[in-house]
Amino acid sequence: MAKIKYIEHNGKEHVVEVQNGLTVMEGAVQNDIPGIDADCGGSMSCATCHVYVKEDWYDKLPKKEMGEDDMIDQAFEPNSSSRLSCQIMVSDDLDGLSVYMPEKQV
Amino acid sequence: MIKTDVVIVGAGPTGLFCAHQLGIIGLKCEIVDNLDKIGGQCIELYPDKPIYDIPAVPECTGEELTNNLIKQIKPFNFKFHLNDRVQELREENESWIVKTTNGKEFNTPNVVIAGGVGSFEPRKFPTKSAEKFDGKTVLYSIKDKSIFKDKSVAIFGGGDSALDWAIELSSTSKVSLIHRRDEFRGAPASVQKIKELSEKNKISLFTKYSIKDVKGNGSLEEVEIKSEEGESKTIKADYVLGFFGLIMQLGPIAEWGLNLDKKTIPVNTENFETNKKGIFAIGDICTYPGKLKLILSGFHEGALAARGCFKHARPNEKYRFEFTTASNTIKDRLGVK
Repeated sequence: MAKIKYIEHNGKEHVVEVQNGLTVMEGAVQNDIPGIDADCGGSMSCATCHVYVKEDWYDKLPKKEMGEDDMIDQAFEPNSSSRLSCQIMVSDDLDGLSVYMPEKQV
Repeated sequence: MIKTDVVIVGAGPTGLFCAHQLGIIGLKCEIVDNLDKIGGQCIELYPDKPIYDIPAVPECTGEELTNNLIKQIKPFNFKFHLNDRVQELREENESWIVKTTNGKEFNTPNVVIAGGVGSFEPRKFPTKSAEKFDGKTVLYSIKDKSIFKDKSVAIFGGGDSALDWAIELSSTSKVSLIHRRDEFRGAPASVQKIKELSEKNKISLFTKYSIKDVKGNGSLEEVEIKSEEGESKTIKADYVLGFFGLIMQLGPIAEWGLNLDKKTIPVNTENFETNKKGIFAIGDICTYPGKLKLILSGFHEGALAARGCFKHARPNEKYRFEFTTASNTIKDRLGVK
């Protein structure tokens, strides 16, 4: 279980407890948190669950697997702190993680 | 005006199998899809990815699944309207008038929406200033490459479309290729070719840059790009091309007066009809308690929606349930003895 903070582009914060084994994307979708669309349902095919992770946390997350950066290329305003939230698996280690949403998911 | 029993919106696996079920029970249908090919997400997003949860098919790719479904409905000779999108639905004398973007019109008692997560549209530049040149000098696909001859063209993207066009146009245009990182996701041979062309100054390569602004008085003159550190550069450009893949948009479906739950359409689970009589929704786009976004669920939903369509298409006939193994009528429809 990890407490995760989802921060909308307008600054609005949502803190929820997400079970281990779910992804950060699923944590948002299951709690009706706006700003993460996840059109493809988590198969790393659409880049509409794009989030930014600040440096302190970025380095602690499991590394990106093959293909994630290719999809991030297609996300809205990606940068070096971009991740796809469907590829971040929740575990106790992620307790306190904050993710920032882009202006939109296109 | 094309008169038919059912118009299916979406040629993905769910739409295709629903067409099969309509054929089996003796109804005609026409299938419209925004993509230029049949198969929906299976063909656009994961043609090579293996799927492991199609009943009785231990493993197949999106492309194999699509080809088998096309083969399965071949006996019925249903017509596909590709590269076209259903734009408007209007009720008229107990039936639906369906209009497409390309100006086709259908008159039908039933519409089955098998639209997945919506239609695929190109992803556009985030910059507001790009909008006023959209479709003229800011483009997301190429129909006629001769317009770029002897012009300056700025191409954005790191996939095969961006690389292929950069290579192709570099012989007749002044090409700049801009990508947000050092690595490209295109085919290794294309990436190699780009590097060679860049070394020979046949194209200008800008990596770790993204678009900031497009500028021009009346016509497009230049594009400004920025690095993550905030440094910016200006490139002369008559045309700006963006290749960021496709995104699924619900599009006009949202305007047909159907009940919506986020991006999905609530249906009943008896025949998958929506809040409008004669409009059905199946596959990823429909929702109901317990809904699973699996292809196999889409098949089941399509089979029941087809029976729902029968009621409206043949109001004076009683639907008779038959097995394909036993029914001579069905065997006739399939063209088998």
